[in-house]
Amino acid sequence: MAYCGVTGREAVKGATLDLKTEPANPEALPLAVAGLSHAFGQRQALREVSFELGRGDRTMLLGLNGAGKTTLFSLITRLYNHRSGSIRIFGWEIKKKPSEALARLGVVFQLPTLDPDLTVAQNLFYHAALHGLPRREAAARIKREIERVGLTDRTHEKARTLSGGQRRRVEIARALIHQPKMLLLDEATVGLDIASRQFLLDHVRMLCREEGLAVLWATHLIDEVDSAANVIVLHKGRILAKGPVPEVIRRTNAASIREAFDKLTGEKGE
Amino acid sequence: MKPIHYYRCLRGIVWRESLRFLNQRGRFVAALVRPLVWLVIFAAGFRFVLGVSIIPPYQTYIPYEEYIAPGLIGMIQLFQAMQSTLSMVWDREMGSMRTLLVSPLPRWYLLVSKMVATVAVSVLQAYVFLGIAWFWGIQPPAIGYLTVFPALILSGMMLSALGLFISSAIRQLENFAGVMNFVIFPMFFASSALYPLWTVREANQKLYYICMVNPFTHAVELVRFALYQQFNAEACAVVAGALVVFMTLAILGYDPGRGLIVRRAGAE
Repeated sequence: MAYCGVTGREAVKGATLDLKTEPANPEALPLAVAGLSHAFGQRQALREVSFELGRGDRTMLLGLNGAGKTTLFSLITRLYNHRSGSIRIFGWEIKKKPSEALARLGVVFQLPTLDPDLTVAQNLFYHAALHGLPRREAAARIKREIERVGLTDRTHEKARTLSGGQRRRVEIARALIHQPKMLLLDEATVGLDIASRQFLLDHVRMLCREEGLAVLWATHLIDEVDSAANVIVLHKGRILAKGPVPEVIRRTNAASIREAFDKLTGEKGE
Repeated sequence: MKPIHYYRCLRGIVWRESLRFLNQRGRFVAALVRPLVWLVIFAAGFRFVLGVSIIPPYQTYIPYEEYIAPGLIGMIQLFQAMQSTLSMVWDREMGSMRTLLVSPLPRWYLLVSKMVATVAVSVLQAYVFLGIAWFWGIQPPAIGYLTVFPALILSGMMLSALGLFISSAIRQLENFAGVMNFVIFPMFFASSALYPLWTVREANQKLYYICMVNPFTHAVELVRFALYQQFNAEACAVVAGALVVFMTLAILGYDPGRGLIVRRAGAE
């Protein structure tokens, strides 16, 4: 997978917490998942899932509802532990070194997670505090991130007054306050209008291109997968294909990613 | 990770909880009106029915209102803890619990911070209640307002640890009605909040034993004694013990390796 010329040391120094040690390998990949399996009782949610993300990579995790995307995100964000395989974030195994791994990770969840009774700024200050940021530094970063998503004039309004699209923008801004070098987005565009969706896609592309951010974007909407991205097709807990989009299309002898997805899964995608 | 990161995180969580509480004026008013209704109406009605003999820490006959004031403080703390439970479940439904749990600080620390935030709000409420109750004739010694502070912290911590544990165990928001029926009401009524335990013992021996093992009874007694500048060692030991047990259960409940959170995820 493509590298964007950001060195390991540069990439991790933005992490908020003053961690005493750098990753064992400064060239460590933002995300390396190997042999990951997870079951809930008898139900196997993930089977032998392995993939990697390089710096600046934008990877679309494509799968139907129930494919295992949310389980995978829950494991990467350590909502609960995986049973077998490994998940490494910049070289840190999430199960053994959760603090080091989570400090380098930004997440936008599928469900809305802003507190509607707090203002935009208060929501972001809260997030900054959870990452141990001092207030003054947090204020500067909040100003910058809010500006970048074009919501400066709404900073002191309650989150409940924002539209769905605006809330999502705030959530992206929030995920970047602690300057992570990897961003996870779980079905971030669900329920958004076309303009808001386009804004998010463009914003994330810019983050990958200009800041070397590695992005894992989970979606069940095939038209969000463009030819410049990498794709991972997840189906019933297994990875059926992965790689740059044109390559996956070529390997499946398809004319488009939609056709490739249908061929791979034997089902019609959205 | 340095202590300053821990401190900033704790400060942020307490700040958010306080903002949420102050922003929801209805919640603030309800939290105060509830015990005041008990004090002004219920206690006034029952003062002629229930006789209160001289029992420690009181040194003279006291009006019934004065007897139930510590119980009502306990009620404030119990409701606040359970409302925090509600907000944890609500948060989780809404997903903002997730933002808390992806903080790089250890999960046990995040949960303890959440408890501290709940206690901060409940102690504030308790003092506002005591302030209003003063005008109603509930006037413990001035120094009692100071000595009750550590008791309020300990009892508040114990109750919010219980709330936190319950929040890790229940799955849906609707179940708060169950929490009311199966936790709040039994804990409140089977305690020394509304009547001295010797009256319960005379009426029903079994109920007396239930009251005695109810940690809420001991939380109320701890507060009652502290308000009159006395230390109730037995109550303190029981409340501290219950705190340890509930906190351990809550931390296990949210443990990413074995907690209820894992089992619940599988059921979803």
